[in-house]
Amino acid sequence: MASDIVIKTEGVVKEYRMGNNILQALKGIDLEIGRGEYISIMGPSGSGKSTIFNMIGALDRPTRGTILIDGQDMAKLDTFEVAWLRCNKIGYIFQSFNLITVMTALENVTLPMIFAGLSEKDRNKKGTELLERVGLGGRIDHKPDELSGGQMQRVAIARAFANDPSIILADEPTANLDLVTGREIIGLLKVLNEQQNVTVISATHDLKMLDVSDRVVYIRDGLVERIRNRDEIEIEIGTVGGH
Amino acid sequence: MANDSQSGIRRQIQLPLSEAVRISFQSLKIRFWRSLITTAGILLGIAFLVAVVAGAEISRSLKEVKGTAEIQTFMDEEEDTEGVSAQQIWLVVMSLIVCVVGIANSMLMAVTERFREIGTMKCLGALDRFVVELFLLESGFQGLAGALAGALIGLIATVLLNLKDYGLDLFWNFPLLRVLIVLFFACLIGMILAVLGAAGPAYRAAKLPPAEAMRVEV
Ligand SMILES: Nc1ncnc2c1ncn2[C@@H]1O[C@H](COP(=O)(O)OP(=O)(O)OP(=O)(O)O)[C@@H](O)[C@H]1O
Ligand SMILES: [Mg+2]
Repeated sequence: MASDIVIKTEGVVKEYRMGNNILQALKGIDLEIGRGEYISIMGPSGSGKSTIFNMIGALDRPTRGTILIDGQDMAKLDTFEVAWLRCNKIGYIFQSFNLITVMTALENVTLPMIFAGLSEKDRNKKGTELLERVGLGGRIDHKPDELSGGQMQRVAIARAFANDPSIILADEPTANLDLVTGREIIGLLKVLNEQQNVTVISATHDLKMLDVSDRVVYIRDGLVERIRNRDEIEIEIGTVGGH
Repeated sequence: MANDSQSGIRRQIQLPLSEAVRISFQSLKIRFWRSLITTAGILLGIAFLVAVVAGAEISRSLKEVKGTAEIQTFMDEEEDTEGVSAQQIWLVVMSLIVCVVGIANSMLMAVTERFREIGTMKCLGALDRFVVELFLLESGFQGLAGALAGALIGLIATVLLNLKDYGLDLFWNFPLLRVLIVLFFACLIGMILAVLGAAGPAYRAAKLPPAEAMRVEV
């Protein structure tokens, strides 16, 4: 697959069973996301942003439909390949940071490198560099409870970049941060996106995110409502990312 | 940036044992008080077990040496020549039940409160079996520490109790070998119970998709 499409979803449906009821959180999502794009997924609360985040990130399986990463059908991967994908190809950033509380900033950042097989020396060197890049060079030995929200999210970003992923998935990364800190985090993601040609997909309510996005995907009730380019923000493109 | 190229998906994911040991040990150390409570549960069960069984061994040994005459008062209670009376068997069974229930409960709690951490680890690339491995190591350490301390405390308690009854004769006729065997098996039981108690919940948690594990709020 020598295309520049990193992620392609086809008719992705996710149903949650609650007692006798079936709730369709996603009702058929078709998306194509290109390499190096910065995509924002916007939509009201409960529209399915986190659900699509989990599907694309191999954190849960869709009920129907296919998700291709670099042309590979995720449903066909075995557990080792899924773990490898999560470890090496995708970096995750969450609203609630999800740092491991008993580990220092450096240990959080280097944990995925252990799984990837780096030596201790290489891990510490790379982890320190990453923490310096996100502006936390002086706090590598701090535990999460000794850091502010913005600092914790920076650690999470450094951790997401630990194994040079080609995709960064962020679920409302600025929702727990104040305006200024949120803007710093968005700026940091944008810089890393441009410097490393990493694809960034971010679910968000945060209008600040629009400024840096290449495209904005609006979803509502589990369906793609519209997709807009940043420079054509007033023009509707349609419901399927076309090429 | 080797992974930027479309090099496809590979399968090597690892967690060297030395790293696993370090992580689980550190995790215990940092949750020191929480770990201590879990360990105390194991300790109490094993101390009770050792006190009962080692106590029986000591009485039996002293009876053999000194003959029945001098310890006539005890013959009323201990008719069983094996050294363990029906009452003592009941106590042993009780102490084992206390062990099993207490340890299983401690381990269940310890795993449940860490679902989110488990989900996060899987996001970072951990295989299900790394998660299980980390919890088994943690519970193994706790089991060993709790069982060793419990065995020691149980032994000291039973020696003190018997010292009152037999005086210094106790030390001259101490059934060292048999008591050591009791201690060994008590430690083994403590560790096995701790590891088994953690294995079930840890396995269940590790199998969940990360998205579900991270939804759990305790
Ligand atoms: N594990 C689950 N079990 C049952 N229902 C779920 C589950 N996860 C999500 N849902 C439901 O699916 C729908 C979409 O949820 P989702 O979390 O994707 O929304 P969201 O767009 O991320 O919202 P928010 O902006 O509030 O984070 C909601 O109606 C939600 O209640
Ligand atoms: Mg959400």
